[in-house]
Amino acid sequence: MTTSFEQGINTLKRVIDGPIASYFSSCTNCGICSQACVFFTETGDAKYTPIRRVEPMRRIWEQEYTIIGKLKKLIGLSKAVTEQELQDNVELAFESCTTCGRCSMMCPVGNDIVYMIRRMREGLTAAGLAPVELKEAAVRTMEKGSVMGFPMNTLEAMIEAAEEETGIKINVDEPNVDYLVLLSSAEVMQFNEIIGALAQIFQQAGVTWTFSSKAHEAGNPGMHMGASEIEAMMINRIVEAAEELNIKKVISPECGHAYMAIRWEGPNVIGRPYPFEVYHIIEVLDELREQGKLKTTGDDCCGNERITFHDPCQAARRGGVNQPQRNLLNMVSSNFVEMTQNKACNWCCGGGGGVNTMEKTEPLRQKIFHRKRMQIEELDVTTVVTMCATCRNTLEEGIEDNGMEVEVLGLTEVVANHLLKEKNNE
Amino acid sequence: MNEVELLNWARGPGLAYATVIMVFGLTLRVIEILSLGRPKELAEVRSSGTADGVKLIVKRSLPEPRNWRYITASYIFHVGLLVVIFFFIPHTQLFRDVFGWFWGGWPNYIIDFFTVLSIAAMMYVLVQRRIDPARRILTRFSDYVVWVVTFIPFVTGYMAFHRLGPDYTLMLALHILSVELLMVLLPVTKLTHAVTFAISRYYTGSSMGRRGIKA
Repeated sequence: MTTSFEQGINTLKRVIDGPIASYFSSCTNCGICSQACVFFTETGDAKYTPIRRVEPMRRIWEQEYTIIGKLKKLIGLSKAVTEQELQDNVELAFESCTTCGRCSMMCPVGNDIVYMIRRMREGLTAAGLAPVELKEAAVRTMEKGSVMGFPMNTLEAMIEAAEEETGIKINVDEPNVDYLVLLSSAEVMQFNEIIGALAQIFQQAGVTWTFSSKAHEAGNPGMHMGASEIEAMMINRIVEAAEELNIKKVISPECGHAYMAIRWEGPNVIGRPYPFEVYHIIEVLDELREQGKLKTTGDDCCGNERITFHDPCQAARRGGVNQPQRNLLNMVSSNFVEMTQNKACNWCCGGGGGVNTMEKTEPLRQKIFHRKRMQIEELDVTTVVTMCATCRNTLEEGIEDNGMEVEVLGLTEVVANHLLKEKNNE
Repeated sequence: MNEVELLNWARGPGLAYATVIMVFGLTLRVIEILSLGRPKELAEVRSSGTADGVKLIVKRSLPEPRNWRYITASYIFHVGLLVVIFFFIPHTQLFRDVFGWFWGGWPNYIIDFFTVLSIAAMMYVLVQRRIDPARRILTRFSDYVVWVVTFIPFVTGYMAFHRLGPDYTLMLALHILSVELLMVLLPVTKLTHAVTFAISRYYTGSSMGRRGIKA
């Protein structure tokens, strides 16, 4: 028995709390969670049944936290979890689960299954079994300050380019402004038009804001891994930056998991409430809309074509941001149509939770994209808008693989383009 | 011990023992859960979550249309089970004796209908457990034990009421004993969900409510 294995088991014992005990006590093995999981519905493989992903944790709970389980253990009726079983669980807890939480919406006894999977990951990481891609991303973030490992001057170059393009000065490390804005690595490297978009929107709305050279990365591989210390370290960087700059509102970017980490998990992993508030960028834009600070052309975006919206799991279903995106879409389009399953019950794109960082998951991701493809195709839309860079990447990949003629856009950019038109018309 | 003595034991000491074991056992199970506690929420919440927790206890009892084909049989079974337990006139009389007050029962033909329906649904659920891949992979031996101890009271109750089987007194005694077995196993098997479902639904509903999610 290795030390790390023991640490894994001890961590699993430690993370079991009242909710988890109630979930295992209530589970009847009814299998309904299978119907909620895109990995099951698109492959038909029963091993992907959500509750089965936490089977080692269930046995530990029974043996450690129930009288009947302790008795069973004593007389040899229940076996201890083995190292091999934990190793086999990596596939189920990391490689084929985006922690999208759709299962948690369907369980008849109300089990928040993904709450358990998130803690299952903690145990596996403590046992030294976290996927290497997530470990590397964590190291890059800790050492270089960004998930993809680029230094601050890469972001500075992007900022300069955006300043040139828009003619608007963009602050870095500016104290006492309204908002501290975080970005995800994917936005900086792939969707950096977001920087100019923010500059234009905030200028029009009369909002002051800044980036921080100390904390610009919102992505948090520590959360994906279930490594609370790493997660806390990254959260603390943001907290320190906001405190130093005396900023009372922090904006989480178009990245679902970043929002979950900074908005909901953050204070709990660092063990204290924040001295500031956290908003998803789309919440901020909707607030500006409500205050009449977003002046739009009144024309339809996207060439008057039908558009739809993909709700990112961690922002919408798990994060509670469901209405702002709809208010904004209806502002810029009269042709916005809902997917058949949306908001808290939207089907997962298949890329989040760190799954899209693991190369070996690609064939599986391609397979399960079928569900999203059907959802998009039945609507006959030209554009899918979303508010998460990981979803956007996954959607773009899937759309390309399937030869579909659909454009994927970030909502902030859509809103900014709408303002731009007005500016051009003047 | 003859049939009459057996019936008297089942109605008297048997029922008392079973009730004590069930209540004591379930209390322990609930304590096991609640004593583990829940970490304090340090993020700024959108609501206290209390109302959402209570709401989810009710809401997840309603059929989920997205899964209707998958859940129909087990849903029918649960409805039938509750109707038969709480609306069969002799049962309501027992509860009235114990609690001092209870609502009136429903006509026997309605109870008969739900009994037959539940028996059919349970048999279908058992078949599903064998053939549905997700249920099959999740199934443990205890799932069959639980099915059997839930099924027997339906069958013995039906047989006793319709005077089927060798002897009415014996059938009634067997029916009561089978219910007592069910009561004793309630705290030590997944049958515990009959009580803990409210706790798990509350936990989930309230934590989602804090985040502003309508679960």
